[in-house]
Amino acid sequence: MKNSSTTTRSQSREVLGTSALRPDGVAKTQGDFAFSSDFQAENMLWGATLRSPHPHARIVSIDPTDAWRIPGVETIIFADDVPGQATYGLIASDQPVFAQNVVRYMGEPIAAVAADHPETCRRALAAIKIVYEELPVLFDMDLAIDPSTPPIHPDGNVFRHQRIISGDPDIVGDVIVEGTYDIGMQDQAFLGLEAALAYPDPGGAGVELVVATQWLHEDRKQIADCLGMAPEKVRLVLGGVGGAFGAREDISLQVHTCLLALRTGRPVKVQYSREESFFGHVHRHPGRIHLRHHADRNGKLLKVEGWMKLDGGAYASTSSAVLLNGITHLQGPYACDNSRLEAWATRTNNPPCGAMRGFGVVQACFAHEGQMDKLAVALGLSPVEVRLRNAMKTGDKLFTGQVVDSVAPVARCIRETDAIPLPAEPAYGTGSLELPGGSGRTSDPSHIRRGIGWGVSIKNLMYSEGFDDSAEARCTLADGVATLKFATAEVGQGFVVLAQQIARTILGVDTVVLDAIDTQIGSAGSTSASRQTWMSGGAVDGACRLVRERLFEQVAHVHNLNPLQLAVEGTDIVDTLGPLRVPVSEASKGLRIEETFLHRHRPTEELDENGQGNCHVAFAFVAHRAVVDVDTELGLVKVVQIATAQDVGQVLNPLTLLGQIEGGIAQGLGLAVMEEIVVDRGVVKNPSFTDYLLPTALDAPDVVAIPIEEYEPLAPLGAKGVGEPPCISVTPAIVAAIRNATGRDITRTPVRPQDICLPT
Amino acid sequence: MKISLTVNGELRESEIEPRTLLVQYLRENLALTGTNIGCDTSSCGACSMHLNGEAVKSCTILAAQADGCNITTIEGLAKGGKMHPMQEAFMQNHGLQCGYCTPGMVMAAISLLEENANPTEDEVRVGLEGNLCRCTGYHNIIQSVLACAKGGN
Amino acid sequence: MSVYMPTTVDQAVALLAQNPGACLLTGGTDTMVEVNFNHLKPGTVIGLRLVSSLREYTITPQLIQIGAGVPYARMETGPLAEALPALAAAARTVGSPQIRAAGTLGGNLGTCSPAGDGLPVLAALDAVVNLRSPRGIRGVPFQDFMVGVKRNSRVSDELIESVSIAPTSGYQDYAKVGVRNAMVISVASVCLVHDRHTASVRVALGAVGPTIIRAREAEAWLATQVDASTSLPPDEAVAIEFARRVAAEARPIDDHRSTADYRRHAIQTLTRRLYLRSTK
Repeated sequence: MKNSSTTTRSQSREVLGTSALRPDGVAKTQGDFAFSSDFQAENMLWGATLRSPHPHARIVSIDPTDAWRIPGVETIIFADDVPGQATYGLIASDQPVFAQNVVRYMGEPIAAVAADHPETCRRALAAIKIVYEELPVLFDMDLAIDPSTPPIHPDGNVFRHQRIISGDPDIVGDVIVEGTYDIGMQDQAFLGLEAALAYPDPGGAGVELVVATQWLHEDRKQIADCLGMAPEKVRLVLGGVGGAFGAREDISLQVHTCLLALRTGRPVKVQYSREESFFGHVHRHPGRIHLRHHADRNGKLLKVEGWMKLDGGAYASTSSAVLLNGITHLQGPYACDNSRLEAWATRTNNPPCGAMRGFGVVQACFAHEGQMDKLAVALGLSPVEVRLRNAMKTGDKLFTGQVVDSVAPVARCIRETDAIPLPAEPAYGTGSLELPGGSGRTSDPSHIRRGIGWGVSIKNLMYSEGFDDSAEARCTLADGVATLKFATAEVGQGFVVLAQQIARTILGVDTVVLDAIDTQIGSAGSTSASRQTWMSGGAVDGACRLVRERLFEQVAHVHNLNPLQLAVEGTDIVDTLGPLRVPVSEASKGLRIEETFLHRHRPTEELDENGQGNCHVAFAFVAHRAVVDVDTELGLVKVVQIATAQDVGQVLNPLTLLGQIEGGIAQGLGLAVMEEIVVDRGVVKNPSFTDYLLPTALDAPDVVAIPIEEYEPLAPLGAKGVGEPPCISVTPAIVAAIRNATGRDITRTPVRPQDICLPT
Repeated sequence: MKISLTVNGELRESEIEPRTLLVQYLRENLALTGTNIGCDTSSCGACSMHLNGEAVKSCTILAAQADGCNITTIEGLAKGGKMHPMQEAFMQNHGLQCGYCTPGMVMAAISLLEENANPTEDEVRVGLEGNLCRCTGYHNIIQSVLACAKGGN
Repeated sequence: MSVYMPTTVDQAVALLAQNPGACLLTGGTDTMVEVNFNHLKPGTVIGLRLVSSLREYTITPQLIQIGAGVPYARMETGPLAEALPALAAAARTVGSPQIRAAGTLGGNLGTCSPAGDGLPVLAALDAVVNLRSPRGIRGVPFQDFMVGVKRNSRVSDELIESVSIAPTSGYQDYAKVGVRNAMVISVASVCLVHDRHTASVRVALGAVGPTIIRAREAEAWLATQVDASTSLPPDEAVAIEFARRVAAEARPIDDHRSTADYRRHAIQTLTRRLYLRSTK
């Protein structure tokens, strides 16, 4: 099993701008890649977690006597066994490692057991007797906001309340449209289930954890706090990550696994099933958004007013940051001066929600794009025209007062998407698998109506609101081989290939070795917020440039030249003012140059009470046009084509970029027509892949994607993050296309068959 | 209980707990961890392997049921250090991101081409309907399968 | 847990007699999910994959007999698909290629989920379920076989050996609504069989009641409206009224997959469409 590897290719150089192959491709296609679930250790125990069956209950008593009697059970731990801080959390530390007296959501951990076999664990969990007294379930956001509702947590029932007021909030437009929009709870549903293996140090002085995560250093900090250890006593190694999409930003099994290992003095492995995974990680916030858009007679936006409510569930996770993103993106990618907006993130007894690709902007975009379509109808304009008339440009001011100084090719994204040819009219036979209903053979061509819809979005890149965000990388050059070290979590996005491309381009080497991804170097920050190309890419770029400078100094010294006149050309160092040409491999022979670089983005600020402040770093934009076929009578949908043009700054690896775009679109499609965690009064009804439906290959549409390349001067490589934008405006585009096909004012996503074909 | 089966061309005889799933047997008894578990409900296809030449999902088969059978897993595809053309095609065409679905996807794709050597894009979609991928949106996967078919393999 | 892998029906029946209540397993695509979730903890499993006679089928002008272990993949195309197009359509909607390679009618019958895709077809075709025990073979009409949600009239020492179906002459089809275009559990399904021999149109409904529902009152009404011994008339009004009557016989519920109202609506829509398809 090998997770880091070397690739050497001589025929064509895999530098920036090429579809360089992933270094992990060989291992991943041969079954050799070590996912976190693949690790085993000598003398290893298995761990498992006992979870609450109730969304809200008082724990009256716990009796583990029978469980202790089961042969093979090595330890059972509860809240009282947590040596350090009893709670954890990314922003607010409010989530108990184990519930103490009360459980606040279905699936909340209460105890963990370590035993010789998973089956022993299962029996032990079943043998722990817990008496619950069920409490009233707070499941409604409005009740949570209502100050007269008793708090279900000492920190109260509202994670954050934020207001934005800008310009003239009392201005009234010639045309006013209004709508209320609902968004269901989506799951990240990565395929690689949570798994970790902890190795205790002798005497329990420290612990090493192999885990699939998005952010090694933040995990380490939270784990160390809960273990009551110094962070350097906790060493994290990235186990192969089977997708993340935000769900691995919070702690899940990390602390439990370390505790079990330290308690037993033996390596312990914990591995979730799919069902447990649904309870073990946070989800995308469901929400309700009400907006009123004011425009003048020409369709120019005058004001956006309204409110947004996101349900954060039982614990804080990143709710406050998601809410910030949500409210600051209600404007959409449109120029407008005046606003009056208010937003709440609530605490309820529903499943905790936090990061998922798009992070609050998915919800905001679903609402503002619904509004733009209403505006188009009210003004008699096409969906394209109303968006073009309001498209944001570089230099425009956001509702927060922040000036958009990123490249902002919104109009170009819309125009280029609009220019993509529409797909051919359907030529299906009865019961064709390409018809809505697919293999169910429900539909005949005569039942199908085609619809077209639009979605355009703005997405902030990197972290916001004053977060001290940085990424570190180290580059070592020796004998023509570059070695890179970073703690950047590779979760599938392909940073490993990008890092190699950067080193090849900057240093003129072909062989780039990637060191293990662990905490033996400074933090790279999280693989989220579309930030790693910019942040860790910037760090690798910086480290390589420092190494190159020193190499130039060496060469200049030997040849008595000014290092400033040297450059890398292909795999050679050349004198730009003279005939010298030395291969990098030769110039670096016998040398060992090592440099570390810390990349920081420019600082941001918190919002004031009126929502004013430069809270974001930079922005990216994208347009989506969806074509759908709808069986209007049965309410079944087939998404035929998604056309998209995305503001990417620079294309660094065309096929990797396409993979992000197409993958994001599939997730946005899921939220549009099939993916929803169904929660009834705090109880999750569908925690399995049988009933939580992910798009299959038959559901995925044709994608025609155009990258819009306008070099972003703010970004180290001129390239913007590309991970999140693909999944944001595709959802409203698909829902708009369904509205277009059916004539129905659909205001919730995912759209269920009954929303299309039954009376409301 | 005792079972004996041929895995990747090698006869394996093992003493197992009767309740052992085939995928557990491969991963834990034989340390063939290339076959992944993604759902426990035979929905995702990550655990697809070949049982007597046919793609099946090994999370809902008891190892005991496979007694006497011939099994090929992702680890058994490369021959003499050379990748199977389907593996090569997935690598070359960026048919993977996180890689978790990849072994099952490759096994299903090989099975598909065995039944239909020259599939259309739609036929590839149909053939892979039982294998979920959360990263790629399937396009690069479908391109990989088509490229492999075109390569005459 | 102990696992037996008999190679003949007689061995399987003998093992079952010695282990009453043993769990019978062929593809395992449904049962093993229950085992994985710990909902089912069988003490004894009798695996039937090696019983080759269960994997056979015979087609004669008088009778079609399908072994309980024939996988769905073999119903999708070939002689069975030609003889029973509705079964082929239903088989095509089962899971994914891997599941269709493993899953069987015997499994559908053993589980008896109202959402089982093969069951409405067996109901509409008036199939007989053949149960084998030490006492011999007992043929049970499907309508008497399935008695509730995941309940059937099989006695614990009986093995589901095969189903027998009298060939019909006329259109037959199956359609199913799910929220995904493939690999999805039925929200509502309809099988319609037109048989000129018996001058009948039979309709069975899946996932809209505790058992598969035969819409017998609607069938009887249709018999008063059309002459089923010949081609059915492409009469839209008849189709609409027939569909309305069929839907009235559904007994759907609200659950996390759908609503009762939608399910009834889907049944009505699918029935009307299948009737009109049958007249083309």
